[in-house]
Amino acid sequence: MNIAPVARTYTIPQPLPLDSGQVLEGAQIAYETYGTLAADKSNAVLVCHALTGDQYLASPHPITGKPGWWERMVGPGKPIDTDRHFVICANVIGSCMGSTGPASLAPDGRPYAMRFPVITIRDMVRGLVAMLDGLGIAQLHAVVGGSMGGMQALSLAANWPERAARVLVIASTARHSAQNIAFHEVGRQAIMADPAWAAGDYYAADARPDNGLAVARMAAHITYLSEAGLTEKFGRRLQDREAKGFGFDAEFQVESYLRYQGSGFTRRFDANSYLYITRAMDYLDIAEEHGGKLANAFAGTQARFCIVSFDTDWLYPTTESRHVVHALNAAGAKVSFVELSAPHGHDSFLLEHDQLDRVVKGFVE
Amino acid sequence: MTLRPDLAAIAAHVTPGSRVLDIGCGDGALMAALESASGCDARGMELDGELVERCVSRGLSVVQGDANLDLANYPDKAFDYAILSQTLQTATRPDLMMDELLRVGRRAFVSFPNFAHWRTRAALMLGGRMPVTRALPVSWYETENIHHVTVEDFRDLARLKGAKIERAWYFSNEKQIGAPAANWRAEFAVFELSR
Repeated sequence: MNIAPVARTYTIPQPLPLDSGQVLEGAQIAYETYGTLAADKSNAVLVCHALTGDQYLASPHPITGKPGWWERMVGPGKPIDTDRHFVICANVIGSCMGSTGPASLAPDGRPYAMRFPVITIRDMVRGLVAMLDGLGIAQLHAVVGGSMGGMQALSLAANWPERAARVLVIASTARHSAQNIAFHEVGRQAIMADPAWAAGDYYAADARPDNGLAVARMAAHITYLSEAGLTEKFGRRLQDREAKGFGFDAEFQVESYLRYQGSGFTRRFDANSYLYITRAMDYLDIAEEHGGKLANAFAGTQARFCIVSFDTDWLYPTTESRHVVHALNAAGAKVSFVELSAPHGHDSFLLEHDQLDRVVKGFVE
Repeated sequence: MTLRPDLAAIAAHVTPGSRVLDIGCGDGALMAALESASGCDARGMELDGELVERCVSRGLSVVQGDANLDLANYPDKAFDYAILSQTLQTATRPDLMMDELLRVGRRAFVSFPNFAHWRTRAALMLGGRMPVTRALPVSWYETENIHHVTVEDFRDLARLKGAKIERAWYFSNEKQIGAPAANWRAEFAVFELSR
């Protein structure tokens, strides 16, 4: 059975309170669904997207035309089976694919730009919970996420423990490390150093801070891959030339690849959204939200957890997953944890991996 | 699916509905039996990632971890039973692992191959070489069993740790045998402990 995706936008009827103390009025959440919601609404699976992801989980992206970002995992008969489950994927607030973010119009009719309030991962989840309320879903069969999606899954479990029966966290963390923050700061500074950024007020201008955003994406993209993966894919091979040109073109294949990644990204992503979402991730420290002890965040939880890491992921390494697992053990939670072997670093969660498929299928079923 | 005899003995004596931690749970056979037949809340720990993946894909809650290090993260008496099947003799420090076992579980089951079985003794005494037997099929240089133990050694360790032996079961040739001369006759032993 091939069920066509359904695209919707939910307007949160009440002001959305934020961790900063501000509120977001009339916030909208754009989402896609796949499959059919059971009459008792017990079969909903929420998949949370990563930093530059969106709601186009298993349906083509409207700008790039590329397949959904997790099409290999979600669909009829796939590990997250849309014949059995009603799968929801929503664009987080702060993003730029239909949910309210810095590019959206503020009540005064002009884009928020940098007037958009700084948000947190918990604020994103607060928005998702409001959307679930709107859909009448009291408890998710499962919440699933990789990378920043995993942070949202953990935040949901910590702050709304009754809202998900199963929590699957892949290649993620409960806190952003100094190194994580440092890489994000490089990206933000690249954007802000672009004259076209214009203090964030570029929406009406001819030029956008595409150069800065592309550099941010290039730097970040390196952190998603492993050294071995880069070596295998590109080595020191040159691009479209036989010999070094003694210049600064993209002579190496790896340079050409990064430039392509960077410029492609600017076609589909808003620079200010990149600032806000990376900031939200940097603010993540679930233990800090719960008296400094991560186990407290999960005290009394009835949910089942599954934590997955990849051995070559140096962005959110296995030690961070273990830290979460230890806290869940201390809280007496029902938890599984496995470190999978994969050559491709952090991005492994998006790529072909039979073991990951079996773990996801076994856990979500 | 039939359980290994030591696991079957454990499965038969875990109080239904208990909270159980199976340390070195392998492919989760005991956990699955405890959950389906006894309604237990079973958790597992296993070092081998492929075995963990198999457990998780069959819906069991298993953490990939090293029992030498990761037991420390569980609170005191978090479980009604802590089970260590055929893992004690692989521990870096079996004595410290016994402490952890008796700390996280109100009761513990421990099973191990008995190094004082007559075949093992004969192999060593007559052959003059480290035994390779039915119960211990791997050569000394590649075996995971770095701390061989006998039934009597284990009783001594339990005494040293202030643990009470509640019950014991002995096996030879996959069958349960009586307690007399178990240190000679048992290939495998299972002890139930409390402290």
